[in-house]
Amino acid sequence: MGLDEIKIGGLGASRRRVEDNRFIRGKGNYIDDIVLPGMLHMEILRSPLAHARIKSIDATKAWAIPGVRLVLTGETMASRNLAWMPTLSYDTQAVLATDKVRFQGQEVACVVADDPYIAKDACEAIVVDYEPLPVIINPQQALAPNAPLIRDDKENQRDNVVFDWVVGDKDGTDKAFAKADVVSKLELHYPRSHPSPMETCGSIADFDRSTSKLTVYMTTQAPHIIRAAVALVAELPEHMIRIVSPDLGGGFGNKVPVYPGYVASILASILLERPVKWIEDKTGNLISTGFARDIYLRGEMALRKDGKILGVRMHTDSDHGAFFSDAQPSKFKIGLMHSAFACYDIPAAHLTARGVYTNKAPGGVAYRCSFRVTEAMFFQERMVQAAADDLGMDQAEFRRINFVRDDDFPHRTPFGFLTDSGQYGKCLDVGLEAIGYQDFLRQKADAAKKGRLLGIGISTMTEPLGAGNSREYDILGIKMFDSAELRVHLTGKAILRTGAKTQGQGHETTWAQIVAHELGIPADDVTVEEGDTDTAPFGMGTYASRSTPVAGAAVAMVSRKIRAKARKLAAHLLEVSEEDIEWELGRFYVRSSPDRGVTIQDCAMAAYTNVPDGLEPGLENNAYYDPPNLTWPFACYIATVEVDPETGVWDVLNMVAVDDCGVRINPMIVEGQIMGGLTEAYAMASMQFITFDSEGNCVGSNYMDYLLPTAWETPGFELHEVVTPCPHHPIGAKGVGECATVGGPAAFVNAVMDALKGTGVRNIDMPLLPDRVYEAITQRHDVSGAPPVKMDDT
Amino acid sequence: MSSLYVEVSPEPASDVPVRRVTITVNGEPRTADVEPRLLLAHLLRSGFGLTGTHTGCDTTNCGVCTVLFDGTPIKSCTMLAVQADGHEVLTVEGLAGASELHPIQEAFKDEHGLQCGFCTPGMMLTAKAFLEDNPDPTEDEVRWALSGNMCRCTGYQNIVKSVLAAAEMLRAKAGN
Repeated sequence: MGLDEIKIGGLGASRRRVEDNRFIRGKGNYIDDIVLPGMLHMEILRSPLAHARIKSIDATKAWAIPGVRLVLTGETMASRNLAWMPTLSYDTQAVLATDKVRFQGQEVACVVADDPYIAKDACEAIVVDYEPLPVIINPQQALAPNAPLIRDDKENQRDNVVFDWVVGDKDGTDKAFAKADVVSKLELHYPRSHPSPMETCGSIADFDRSTSKLTVYMTTQAPHIIRAAVALVAELPEHMIRIVSPDLGGGFGNKVPVYPGYVASILASILLERPVKWIEDKTGNLISTGFARDIYLRGEMALRKDGKILGVRMHTDSDHGAFFSDAQPSKFKIGLMHSAFACYDIPAAHLTARGVYTNKAPGGVAYRCSFRVTEAMFFQERMVQAAADDLGMDQAEFRRINFVRDDDFPHRTPFGFLTDSGQYGKCLDVGLEAIGYQDFLRQKADAAKKGRLLGIGISTMTEPLGAGNSREYDILGIKMFDSAELRVHLTGKAILRTGAKTQGQGHETTWAQIVAHELGIPADDVTVEEGDTDTAPFGMGTYASRSTPVAGAAVAMVSRKIRAKARKLAAHLLEVSEEDIEWELGRFYVRSSPDRGVTIQDCAMAAYTNVPDGLEPGLENNAYYDPPNLTWPFACYIATVEVDPETGVWDVLNMVAVDDCGVRINPMIVEGQIMGGLTEAYAMASMQFITFDSEGNCVGSNYMDYLLPTAWETPGFELHEVVTPCPHHPIGAKGVGECATVGGPAAFVNAVMDALKGTGVRNIDMPLLPDRVYEAITQRHDVSGAPPVKMDDT
Repeated sequence: MSSLYVEVSPEPASDVPVRRVTITVNGEPRTADVEPRLLLAHLLRSGFGLTGTHTGCDTTNCGVCTVLFDGTPIKSCTMLAVQADGHEVLTVEGLAGASELHPIQEAFKDEHGLQCGFCTPGMMLTAKAFLEDNPDPTEDEVRWALSGNMCRCTGYQNIVKSVLAAAEMLRAKAGN
């Protein structure tokens, strides 16, 4: 018997979080909490117009304000070859505009001053003369003949198309449709949304001329990618760049891209040789950084009368704004959109995807999802519901007969992914049982007699989490593996560092649990550190639910390397050969006499005090982990709602979530992730969207216009679990942080559409605001596209 | 008077008015000369170094800057420092005693009521004032009381549980 794993905070322990000790005392160290000696403050002047030529910029009055140290314009940047920067998706983006502004909120100038109030005053003193140009706010306008060219800066750009991308089997799909008894069609819009962490973006650049070292404290989910990007953009040697990502007040994908503010603060620090802090305000964050979604779907499903799906066709038009600057794996232009329908056994599928430029802020960032998977799963589950309705079949039954069966793994999806594990039918059963499916259908029928509209929505999906493997996944050619480094000290305590970066996910707590599981060192004895590129091993950071699948696996692997060396030390201490030694949690013992043993702490002490001849001293190592495949968690979300036909208001009656994310390291934290994700799902379904008027003014530039749910609106959730361990992950875990955001929205929308089934309404695009629902009910028609904004509304 | 000095700007802008304010922060009177336009949140953070009070939305919506002002939760990002002259302010740094946590802090940790931690100080201070008024609330009452404080990570369910658990702890304490 080894140690009690739960007692030492190992796998499966709902260990209370280490990081909370500072957060509950107000002792977190977020970017704006950092103060360096001699630090100056930078503010950004943004464009009020969505598309305009810059005729002149006059900063004379700004320079004259006492306390102003520097004014940066596109011209300053251009003189140092920094007016444009490469994006993470092989495009370019303006740092400070030189020729034109291409979206409202684009960065035009920066002021550095003694304090942020002076810097803001000085921004207002800059006079910019703009010549307005015609504005494009959606793909339909962008693709129209003679549409104004947004990216006239790019030499070979003749239209507003970013990419045309195709995947799947066209002939096979055409044949499937030719054989179909029924073809179900649906057009959808997934509206523009913003991840909107509570903390905005910011940086403190600190260039030290005496050492030539540039240290940048920065709100980034991927510090090593930033270091590489800075090395390439600023042409500084990589060893002279240190990126430190401090405590992050949420990320959700918003803190993956490289933003102009970071670059400008770096140049300002180099020019002034003083630390320069830039803290974005909320409006700056909401109108210029990391937008998500904004994509149109034309979907078709070929069906046999008995309910079998024969084939799927999808075409998407995605609005990327003025610059294609979100991070996507280089091989997949529309991210992992083609992971759609992975949980269903479908013979053939074909996807065409077109990306376009518009006069909106850069968009397409993976907001709490793995590269466009949220859109893929939403489209999938809306199409599935529409197909079941078209066939007159029960929603649950239609899903069940099309699921990949438990004994069909590994399974090749219609677009070529390889799924490896799952118990889809079981998850659905658990969900239906928990929600009381049959009872609810009866209640619904009874309520209908009294004119009440009840509905139930199901969303089931498996999604690809944890990029890479590195054969298929890279960003700008940098392979998507991850890393961990473990140092065990003389007294058996340890420090662990990884290439990931926590933003609330609790890595400081959970990584130590993996070490405890592998080595029997109590989790409380392991410090976890991330985010400093001078000390952390190279990694691709935290997004796409990749931390546990990739960095977490590296933690297990490095712990095993440590254990292998500890075994040699144990053999030396026990004076037997290695082959005669057995391991139990926390202890090696002699097979033939189990009472004779040494603890992992004894081995650590020996590594520094009693090393056998020929063995290297010390007990530390690192591991780079390149996963053989993505992990494929499965989720079943079921919501019941009541829609008030008099007002269009809908209330969630119940929400059940069944998540199979494999082995759970810390169940408490996993459940926290799921509840947070469900809330963002509810937000997108019900209220959270950003739209634009015809002149490209962003409506949703602050929290009075951009609605996020509070504790009052957010429904309660009932969580259930099924565990199918990941066959290739060292501890059987799968990604989970994003499942609920990805799968959740369709459950809510399907529920409302189910409630409206008798009215002839087939679709209302998100957000399902009461006025849109009311319009659908009373006018008996679909409500599609982005909510329109009349000029006098803005 | 400290033996340290404060460097002043060689070119003080003569047209910038300055007012002296004295605010009792976490029980200790603090005096500062401030521009009338300085926000209370910025005085607390940059002036007094109390960085547990965060700034989020600038529009009184998100609540990460919540502090207790004479015992009432207010959004310190839209109150001027001069308005706080002569008043008492409690920030998260004043919540715990020297050696022990406030029951609300304990409950937030125990019920996993936080993830990134950015909204947490404001949430806890709102909860403190609320529980003083209503020591035995229902779940709905907690949800309504917290509706001026936003969180993007937790989905609120565990925050509500934390506040209910803290209420129980506080009632048990008061009963002793």
